[in-house]
Amino acid sequence: MLLVLIALFAVAGIAPFLFRMLGRSTFYVLAAVPALAFVWLLANFSSFIEADQGAASGSPNAPPVQMFNWLPSLGVHLDFRMDALAAVLCLLVLGVGALVLFYCARYFKNEDPHTGAFGAQLLAFAASMFGLVTADDMILMFIFWELTTILSFLLIGFNRTRMGARRSALTALMVTTFGGLTMLAGLIMLGTAAGTYRISEVLALAPELTRMGTYIDVAIVLMLVGAISKSALIPFHFWLPGAMAAPTPVSAYLHAAAMVKAGIYLIARFAPGFHETAFWQPVLLWLGLATMLIGGWRALKQNDLKLVLAYGTVSQLGFLVLILGIGTPNAAMAGLAMMLAHGFFKATLFLIVGIIDHKSGTRDIRQLSGLRSSSPVLFVVAVIAAASMAGVPPLFGFVAKEAVYESLLEHASSNGAPGMVLLLGVMLGSAMTFAYAARFLWGGFARKAGMKPTPFPKVPWLFLAPLLVLTLATVVFAWVPGSLEAAITPYVGLFPAADHPIHLAIWHGFTPALGLSLVSMSAGVVIFVARKRISKVQAMVPAYFDAERDYKLIITGVDNLAIWLTGRTQRGSLSFYLVVILMTALVLPTVVSLWLQTPAPGNLIAFDTPAQLVIGCIMILGALGALQANRRFLAVLMVSVSGYGMAAIFALQGAPDLAVTQLLVETIVLVAFVLALRALPVELWSKNPTGHRLVRALIGIGFGASMIYIAATSMASRIADPISLAYPELAYTGGAGKNIVNVTLVDMRAWDTFGEITVLAAAATGVASLIFVRGRGDKTLNAALVPRGSVDHGSEAIGGASHSRSGMAVAKNFAISSKDSWLVAGHTLAPERRSITFEVVTRLLFHTILLASVYLLLAGHNTPGGGFAGGLLAGLALAIRYLAGGRVELAEAIPVSPGTLMGSGLALAAASAVAPLFFGAQIFTSAAIEFSWPLFGDHKFVTSTIFDIGVYLVVVGLVIDVLRSLGSEIDERSEGRSPTDTHDLVSDAETGVGR
Amino acid sequence: MSTNVTLLIVMGVLFAVGIYLLLERSLTRVLLGIVVLGNGVNLLILASGGRRGEAPLYEADLGAEEYSDPLPQALILTAIVITFAVTAFMLGMIYRSWAISRADVVADDDEDLRVSQQSTFDFEEDSPVPEDTTEFDGDEIQPDTIQETGPRA
Repeated sequence: MLLVLIALFAVAGIAPFLFRMLGRSTFYVLAAVPALAFVWLLANFSSFIEADQGAASGSPNAPPVQMFNWLPSLGVHLDFRMDALAAVLCLLVLGVGALVLFYCARYFKNEDPHTGAFGAQLLAFAASMFGLVTADDMILMFIFWELTTILSFLLIGFNRTRMGARRSALTALMVTTFGGLTMLAGLIMLGTAAGTYRISEVLALAPELTRMGTYIDVAIVLMLVGAISKSALIPFHFWLPGAMAAPTPVSAYLHAAAMVKAGIYLIARFAPGFHETAFWQPVLLWLGLATMLIGGWRALKQNDLKLVLAYGTVSQLGFLVLILGIGTPNAAMAGLAMMLAHGFFKATLFLIVGIIDHKSGTRDIRQLSGLRSSSPVLFVVAVIAAASMAGVPPLFGFVAKEAVYESLLEHASSNGAPGMVLLLGVMLGSAMTFAYAARFLWGGFARKAGMKPTPFPKVPWLFLAPLLVLTLATVVFAWVPGSLEAAITPYVGLFPAADHPIHLAIWHGFTPALGLSLVSMSAGVVIFVARKRISKVQAMVPAYFDAERDYKLIITGVDNLAIWLTGRTQRGSLSFYLVVILMTALVLPTVVSLWLQTPAPGNLIAFDTPAQLVIGCIMILGALGALQANRRFLAVLMVSVSGYGMAAIFALQGAPDLAVTQLLVETIVLVAFVLALRALPVELWSKNPTGHRLVRALIGIGFGASMIYIAATSMASRIADPISLAYPELAYTGGAGKNIVNVTLVDMRAWDTFGEITVLAAAATGVASLIFVRGRGDKTLNAALVPRGSVDHGSEAIGGASHSRSGMAVAKNFAISSKDSWLVAGHTLAPERRSITFEVVTRLLFHTILLASVYLLLAGHNTPGGGFAGGLLAGLALAIRYLAGGRVELAEAIPVSPGTLMGSGLALAAASAVAPLFFGAQIFTSAAIEFSWPLFGDHKFVTSTIFDIGVYLVVVGLVIDVLRSLGSEIDERSEGRSPTDTHDLVSDAETGVGR
Repeated sequence: MSTNVTLLIVMGVLFAVGIYLLLERSLTRVLLGIVVLGNGVNLLILASGGRRGEAPLYEADLGAEEYSDPLPQALILTAIVITFAVTAFMLGMIYRSWAISRADVVADDDEDLRVSQQSTFDFEEDSPVPEDTTEFDGDEIQPDTIQETGPRA
């Protein structure tokens, strides 16, 4: 049976390609698949129904099963089990599926686009239904259940250009998914209580489970919500008439024969075990009855033939739920027989409507006339199907309805008044069924007074064939119901045996059931004859209960709530978001720390050294100065004061690595700030200062104070020794290095560092992309190709007074002399930009600094330094070179692109991480290699240094990217303009001025 | 462990100033706020390491508790470099914002405002749709109009 499932899905998968080759005839190929499966089903039918239905999967006489482990830890398995109930459902799923696909081949045109997807979806739907009824695992069943929901959504929305179809598809999706999710909750509750998700085991455990009381009652109700939403019971019924926006074959298959039967199936599946739970009967019997009556009532006032059938289906589904909900063996027999009968006649009726619509272009009762004489064959088929629906003998619908009346009489005799009400209600419902069946025939085929016959071409036999097969089933099984009874009986055996088991037969003699049939049919005749009077009554009675309107109100309410909530929270103001986040971060931990009665801060010391106090005061002054500064660079400088203060604090605290790194970073950040912000106005405020100063100050102070308190209490709460007590020994023996911080970075916590340098590379690329916009700007600049004195011409204002004429003369002299070339590209710089002192100093310092940076890198394993500090120092050397010689100088200084640098750095770091794997060690294992060279003496090389070199390269690349982007590129964009001139490209394009 | 009041107070001030600046509209001040906040956080991590000690450079005769705690130092070191990268990135953003729109302030997001002011009427969901009584519009015999009818509302 797994093979059948796979074959169905597989052919669905390739269907679109087949359609490209074969056109609409592909439907015949698609129909062959479920048809073959149907043959397989019939060939093996005896093995399904002769098995012991209640036997545990795997025992000798159990129904055929196929079981695979899927998520054993969650108790979810790919279990399939073909028992009698599944086999009976498969008759409909595969049989009607094959016929409907066959019918589609004449329904659609070759030219229709999207039929490929349609065919695939329809076949995939058949596959999902097959999976749904054979699944023996509740979670697996749920997955197929939702697959049918999604495919139903796609198929209803097939006419994607029609708003009505899209809307109906969405409604169906929302309603049935709501039910499906509720059902999932119920299934999980049930599975948890039973300790297994295998349906056959859950049913075997049902007697113990039902004794658990309310928990199981609730689980079952939640599960039933899924069933009644899928089978379109009140209050979920409205999606089904809406779903009539689907092409008619879809309506015939999904919304009459198969998908809506999924709910019926679920009820039938769980009825043997759980029909005695507290809410089962109240929910199913009364909702079923109400649905039957309201559906019938609505069907009587429809003018669209398809809607007559749709509301009729709603009514019949209520009817089926009601019968199967009773939970007696006789009712189970009657219910399944009725379900089969419904599958035969309702699918036929829908297919008839499809043909009428296809041939005449309308389904409106008020426009159709005289079809009886123009298409007699179709009319006969329609009469048989409608009569079967109405319960008229000698058809299978009548046989099934007789069984229903028998079981209802039995139920009424043992349940008193409620049973009588149920019986009378069903009789009324049956009368309405008779009436709308008559309305269907009259509306679709009668010659109406004052109307010309609707033009109606001949219907091809291929188009009619599927209807004839179904009609044949309706007629034949009325006379030989024994085979169907044999198929149903094993399922009935799951209930305790009945005192007087009923049998399907066309003639039981003059029984009360026959009497009830005759009475309800006579009432149906009356209702149909009096249809004009009744429709007047219907027009007067307002719709007291309009679930569709309520659904719309709910959806609109959700929309309104969403917009309201978004408007309140998503205000588009960054400061607002920040205030919310900060207030949360301020209030929550403070409240918690007070509430938890954390220890009061204790063991306070004022400072470690007096110098700390002095530096602390300077940092505070710097920070406060940054608040007051209203010039951009002043503010930056003030922040730098506190930054340099940090370096001093680090040095005092015994953290030389941090001090070095902070010092270098602070310097480079200062350069970056100046480079980036030179294009912006000098004054900090281009507009009015931000308001709410007091609020912001309060939040800031509150946050600072709360951080002080939290830090102090957390330090006072410390009871364990720090894990870093083991670090010195680990670093020295494990990492073969004396600088514990550096060994931590490149060895013990190398993963963190690897992550960090990746972030650095990303940030560097981000900076470059922000400035260069197109790519990283990895172009090469060659000093030999750049004209002398062309770079940086008048970009920034230079103080006039200090730049005397004689000074300019010296500068120009310097610029044109070729022998004193201190820098490679110094001559490219504009004369007034050049400084001989700066160039000479740069020339002297650059290589020294670079050498020092390499020393920091290599020695960093044992003394302060390492890849970060080394890389920053090298970056600083390049920054000096850039400042002295301009952008061409920078390009000449480092011929490799920063992208390459960072890439090789990351590659090197990754290689050092992976290499140990080849030596049988774990990732990031380091090894020390000792060697001695003449002159150099004894040395020890630790392999984690290679990782540090990678870090070095990435950091150098980052600094170069910053210099190139914020320095060189902005230079080039603002060449020849004063800082307050426009720097952007947009206005260039607008004014036509520019480079 | 001991709690260094000076470090905590400096940290508190840096937090307060950082957050005050962060809540500004001027992008430069926001960035400065982030830098100051970063310094405050680093100070917090440093202070949580306890008293000052010897520089964490291994010496055989020194007990493990004599060193200044190396773990917070390793954390801070990465934080310093990351803050540099973030600062550079934000500088790039400030320049770009200035170059494109001549603005160095955080503006309110128009899109967010538009969302919050939109009407609850949705044409797709709420407009009336006429009833269909056929799938085969217009042409009675040739049903090739299934797809081509277009929105009918």
